[in-house]
Amino acid sequence: MASQRDIRRRIKSVKNTAQITKAMQMVAASRMRKAQQQALAGRSYSDLLDQMAHSLFGHSGDVQHPLLQERPVKKTLSLVITTDKGLCGGLNGNLLREVLRADNPNKVYVTIGRKGRQSLARAGRPLLADFELKDGFTFRDSKIVSRYCLQQFENGDVDEIEVFYSKFVNTISQVPTRVRIAPIGSASLVSSKAAAEAAHAEGPTEYQFEPPAPELLGHLLPFYVHFEIYQYVLDARASEHSARMVAMKNATDNAKQLVKDLTLQYNKARQAAITTEILEIASAAAQDA
Amino acid sequence: MATLHLSIVTPDKPIFDDQVDAVVLPAHDGEMEVLPQHTALVTQIVAGELRYTTGGSEKALAVGAGFVEITNTYVKVLTDLATEADHIDEAAAEAARKRAEDAIAQGKLEGEDLEAEQALLAQASAQLALKRKRK
Repeated sequence: MASQRDIRRRIKSVKNTAQITKAMQMVAASRMRKAQQQALAGRSYSDLLDQMAHSLFGHSGDVQHPLLQERPVKKTLSLVITTDKGLCGGLNGNLLREVLRADNPNKVYVTIGRKGRQSLARAGRPLLADFELKDGFTFRDSKIVSRYCLQQFENGDVDEIEVFYSKFVNTISQVPTRVRIAPIGSASLVSSKAAAEAAHAEGPTEYQFEPPAPELLGHLLPFYVHFEIYQYVLDARASEHSARMVAMKNATDNAKQLVKDLTLQYNKARQAAITTEILEIASAAAQDA
Repeated sequence: MATLHLSIVTPDKPIFDDQVDAVVLPAHDGEMEVLPQHTALVTQIVAGELRYTTGGSEKALAVGAGFVEITNTYVKVLTDLATEADHIDEAAAEAARKRAEDAIAQGKLEGEDLEAEQALLAQASAQLALKRKRK
């Protein structure tokens, strides 16, 4: 059995670690609240945009726009949104496992977040570009990324754009998700169930367009892509902070349990030492008598 | 009397969601008033002033560029920015306008960067115009 002093030292070090993880948990919790609010607030905009794009799509006749044209897929661009920092449980691992499972030789990658870049570079996959996920990632930052992706698509370098991100469900659940964002099919436009239901409930409405449909689509479709990607990043951020909060909470709880176990062990060792001492004295006294 | 359901949503948060009697939008080719029973229409708006009327009183917001979907019962506005007249920070708007103007004046911006700065300039100008009118 370890000596009393060793155990005492371990208890101290575990307590220190617990203090640190507790602090990180607090930081993550406050960031999480903000990130979650932002992600959820953006959803109503994203849903409305989805509905609007859908009503446009259904009633625009045969308007030609590169974003609406299906081409034979020779190359696919995968945008992978991970975190910059670790210590967030299995969040990045789960997402990257999905990415590598769906991997094939026709894919090129663009990453947001350092973890994704590291992992894909290690796997030897072709990286077109990588972007950092700074705190306070704004729509403008995300537009740089989405514009780059759209450019590749419009040049004909890639025929399809898909996004991998951790969809935020709630604080304890984040789902690795894969979405195809371009070309925009009629199916992907009604991705949210609510939008589909709303469109259905109101029945077919004939819309007029001002300016005419081709011009309006020319503005709306790229914007749709820009905003959806921004929303995915917000989701990923909410997921990151939630996952980190939970991971740090688990770490703190584990540390507390460990301290408890070690304290028990320490007390047992102390008691054993005292018992031996008493026995020694008692037996010595008995011999004297 | 029939009313319209007006919702204004920006990427940051839903700004407004209630029944109104009429809405005036800054459409791309001039102001457009929308009353209940309007025909279904999808349109674009530019940075400017959006006004709505409820129970005889009129309120105004400064809005950025965006898209609007109109049906006979509702008006949905998607825009970059929407600020109520009372909440406009004149100094901040003026500073934003100056920054955007300088960036454009330098003439180094191209394509979408230029458009982004022009959009910011238009937003700030719309806020200032509204604020000064109310004084």
